[in-house]
Amino acid sequence: MLVLEDVHVYYGAIHALKGISLQVNQGEIVTLIGSNGAGKSTSLKTISGLLRPKQGKISFNGEDLSKIPPQKIVAKGISQVPEGRRIFANMTVSENLDMGAYLRKDKSGIKQDVERVFELFPRLKERKSQVAGTLSGGEQQMLAMGRALMSRPQLLLLDEPSMGLAPILVKQIFTIIQEINAQGTTILLVEQNAHMALSIANRAYVLETGKIALGGQAQDLAASEDVRKAYLGG
Amino acid sequence: MHSITELLQQLVYGLSLGSIYALIALGYTMVYGIVKLINFAHGDVMMVGAYMGWLAITVFHFPFFPAILFAMIVAAIAGIIIERAAYKPLRNATRIAALITAIGVSLFLEYGGMLVVGAQMRTYPNVFPETMYKIGGITFKFGDIVMLVTALVLMLLLHFTVQYTKIGKAMRASSFDMEAALLMGVNVNTTISATFAIGSALAAAAGVLYGIYFNSIDPLMGITPGLKAFVAAVLGGIGIIPGAMVGGLVLGVTESLVSGLGASTWRDAVAFLILILVLIIKPSGLFGKNLREKV
Ligand SMILES: Nc1ncnc2c1ncn2[C@@H]1O[C@H](COP(=O)(O)OP(=O)(O)O)[C@@H](O)[C@H]1O
Ligand SMILES: [Mg+2]
Repeated sequence: MLVLEDVHVYYGAIHALKGISLQVNQGEIVTLIGSNGAGKSTSLKTISGLLRPKQGKISFNGEDLSKIPPQKIVAKGISQVPEGRRIFANMTVSENLDMGAYLRKDKSGIKQDVERVFELFPRLKERKSQVAGTLSGGEQQMLAMGRALMSRPQLLLLDEPSMGLAPILVKQIFTIIQEINAQGTTILLVEQNAHMALSIANRAYVLETGKIALGGQAQDLAASEDVRKAYLGG
Repeated sequence: MHSITELLQQLVYGLSLGSIYALIALGYTMVYGIVKLINFAHGDVMMVGAYMGWLAITVFHFPFFPAILFAMIVAAIAGIIIERAAYKPLRNATRIAALITAIGVSLFLEYGGMLVVGAQMRTYPNVFPETMYKIGGITFKFGDIVMLVTALVLMLLLHFTVQYTKIGKAMRASSFDMEAALLMGVNVNTTISATFAIGSALAAAAGVLYGIYFNSIDPLMGITPGLKAFVAAVLGGIGIIPGAMVGGLVLGVTESLVSGLGASTWRDAVAFLILILVLIIKPSGLFGKNLREKV
């Protein structure tokens, strides 16, 4: 479904992605783990079209994405929950969900999807008229995910959804990620919390300073000595 | 000022003038909200609007409402062209580069305007009957009422657009977090164009009203009200729409009261005194808080 081949990305002179290749197949949960500054967010931003690869290919369902602007990439079925949630804190919960459905015109379908989001995240329903900036961290993460689902993505990119959340909330969020996947959305999950990410993923890649260091079945990586030492605390 | 009646009379004048400042201030604040640029050419767009209204009334013999609409449409198009030609190429440049460009656009409009229409003042046609209404000793000129109502209706329309329409939501989202808006599928270029179009149209409406209020226009007429409207926008909190409306009205009323006290030579100084006070006491403006509604 999504294929990256030898992708290089720069911030000015900084060479942030040094030729990464990875693949996400329809229906999978794939996780990209790695320590702070490895280039995980850069990878997702590049897939979403916020950054442009200087070299390499990104294709989605066989179509080249590397020259398509971000709004068209959303229209093609890729949606991102960015790092740090980035909800519109000045808008209400409902308005945030409306923004997620920005490119859609099917009013009744949008309504159905709002209900679907409220089923996944009942807390959001209780707070739908509340200004999003007043939500708790966990609720903001739920809103960011709900908002991203409103475009009905085929592929959902999640950038560190567990960041800054209490362990119980992290568990809840990961359960919901599995549920979203079970309902038919393919997932590319970026995490520093490698343990949780490997526990729900089918496959995984390890990113180290802009390069893919390892890749394979999630359970194999979870069992691997190197990964345990570097990312799972022994 | 000798009586309550006179005070109220000055208040009425002040509100008319203030609603003009408010209309201009809205453009400053909306553009700042979305591209973080103080568009110093904004006052000159108001001047362009005033001339378009003049053209529509004296040459095309349009009545007031079609004339103001004509001025607004032309200015909206001018606003879009200015953004595309002058500011868009600099979107990722330093702020100072964009600011200098804005000053360049301002000078271009002022002196380009002189080249086209001449440097001399022109009398603005009086489109309203000289009817006066007296209520409790306060005089309302027919024209003042129309102006105030026009300004208020435009502000309500703007509020509705920003709050409830798709483009309005895109404007709010983009000014809060442009990258997040891109991830929603918002076309940021279109949204920025729409912001310049709306801001310029409001300035043009203000230009027509200003021309009628002061009876004369010239190519440099935009400078002073432009600066004052900028002060109004800062007073309300730059980037905050309701702030610009309130800031404009407060400035207009203050100026008018100062004139009423017999200190009309101080009128223009008042605006800048207010600016200095705001910057010292509350730099984020009257409506500025941590979580702010920006466009
Ligand atoms: N806007 C930026 N400008 C310059 N360098 C950046 C920028 N964003 C990220 N980087 C650099 O790129 C590298 C990868 O960053 P990032 O993708 O955010 O890592 P991760 O998400 O894995 O923590 C880091 O070295 C970081 O310092
Ligand atoms: Mg990151």
